[in-house]
Amino acid sequence: MPYVAHPSFLVLGAYATYVVAGYGVDPLLAGLMLTPVFFVLGLGIYQFYYLTFEQRGSDQGLRGIAFFFGIAFIVQVALILVFGVDQRLVDAEYIGTSFETFGDMRVPKRMVVAFGVALALTAGLALYLSRTFTGRAIKAVAQDEGALRLMGADPVRIKRWAFGIATATCALAGALLIIVGPVDPNLDRLYIGRTFCVVVLAGLGSMSGTLVAGLILGIAESVVLTTAGTAWAPAVAFGILLVVLGVRPAGLFGR
Amino acid sequence: MKRFLIGALVVLALFAATPLVVHNEYYYFAAYVVLQFVVLATAWNILGGYAGYVNFGSGAFFAVGAYIAVALYKAYALPLGLQILAGATASGLLGFGVGLLTLRLRGIFFSIATIAVAIVLETVVVNWTYVGGAKGLPTLRPAQAPFFESYTVWLFFVMAVLAVVAVSAARYVETSWIGRGLRAIRDNEGAAECSGVPTLKLKLGAATLSGALMGAAGAPYAQYLSFIEPTSTFSLNYAVNALAMPIIGGMAHWSGPVIGALLLGTVQQVVTVTISSEVNVLVVGVLLVVFVVAAPEGILGLFRRFFPRKR
Repeated sequence: MPYVAHPSFLVLGAYATYVVAGYGVDPLLAGLMLTPVFFVLGLGIYQFYYLTFEQRGSDQGLRGIAFFFGIAFIVQVALILVFGVDQRLVDAEYIGTSFETFGDMRVPKRMVVAFGVALALTAGLALYLSRTFTGRAIKAVAQDEGALRLMGADPVRIKRWAFGIATATCALAGALLIIVGPVDPNLDRLYIGRTFCVVVLAGLGSMSGTLVAGLILGIAESVVLTTAGTAWAPAVAFGILLVVLGVRPAGLFGR
Repeated sequence: MKRFLIGALVVLALFAATPLVVHNEYYYFAAYVVLQFVVLATAWNILGGYAGYVNFGSGAFFAVGAYIAVALYKAYALPLGLQILAGATASGLLGFGVGLLTLRLRGIFFSIATIAVAIVLETVVVNWTYVGGAKGLPTLRPAQAPFFESYTVWLFFVMAVLAVVAVSAARYVETSWIGRGLRAIRDNEGAAECSGVPTLKLKLGAATLSGALMGAAGAPYAQYLSFIEPTSTFSLNYAVNALAMPIIGGMAHWSGPVIGALLLGTVQQVVTVTISSEVNVLVVGVLLVVFVVAAPEGILGLFRRFFPRKR
């Protein structure tokens, strides 16, 4: 499914966290509280997409892409209209403090928190996709919809469910995003590159590959940041993405 | 064909004659933007509408044209005609490169790759100090405008010529065997290849032409604003507009992008002046989604549904 709007919902999640955290809620808790809301939002969006494109069978390719691109654009501009282009951040006791370790090394607590939650989230999703019936069905629907239908599962319901989960993770990931650093509405364009870079580098559908690819991208960006300067950093994710797409579209762990 | 050519010449003559009637400079300033979108939308439609490859990186082609032109202007004070030619050539080459990507990528992956191209190029330009880098570069227009009394009116006429050239090129592509081949690729690329359609050659040709036209539209940009700067030149707005206008106008016929660009471009100019430039961007996004959902064939499709051709 051409889901280019995903990074926009990530930024939307960050802003929603910002709003909820404004009432004195811990940002992590706020992100967690927002997941059901985002889940329902995802269900709704898929249902709409299904009714307007998949069911009608009207040239899904081009118009489906344009549809999600338009949604992404609307989310971005709406955020600019509501919050302005200024950067926003949240406050919590683990933001702005750090663990003192070996001498001069300092590990910021917010990074440890974000890392831990992200790892747990990825592991949880990987387990869900490999162990539960619905999770396996989600993997199957990507491979062969017809076969899934023959096995007695409803591909539309499975896809709607998958869409809900994907959007729900955006709420939590958005909370992590705003915990790690300030957020502005134009971030989503960068995250289109990062998201697709990680997913394509990993190979579509490979959860363990996602971890490795995320690590590779993160290290590559940091190295460029410190050696070539901040101005070159945005090109890293997209550069890697272009190379992978051109040389090995299946990714590192793709079948 | 003959009727179309005469029509095109009449349109150009009308454009050339407007300075006799309209004297307010602002109208030319605004009309330039609308015509620029006619070129961008028509160019996008050659690859997107006919062949079905969605280009999200229109801003990059536009900006490459603009930056090549400004670099050559700064270095050799090249005249506008040669700037446009150079900009079109550079963006055409970029289009050829993007066309090569279609060898392996289809659908959403091709689109994402075009965004990637745009961001990588933007980063390069930000770090290119000769043309000002992130700070931007002011450019001095030539003092004298050829043929017209003011340089803005001259630029407006140049863009009108480019628009007519772009539409004629799109019309040629659409009505010739090239267009039939591209449509075959859009509907089923594998089947087209098997039936002997030279898919790669056609895709490369369409991507190159589309890119070159976008570059030509971008080349006078620095002269128009007397200033160039990466963020606004690579702006996502160009990508969204270049995609929204053909979809809203209708992709099946060369007049679709023109209608979409004239309509949307004018609405945006009015909204920018009367409300705000952020709302104007929102209008495009909302209209794009509404049309894709409610009228997938665009304005042309609506027109055909309500006024079926009598045979």
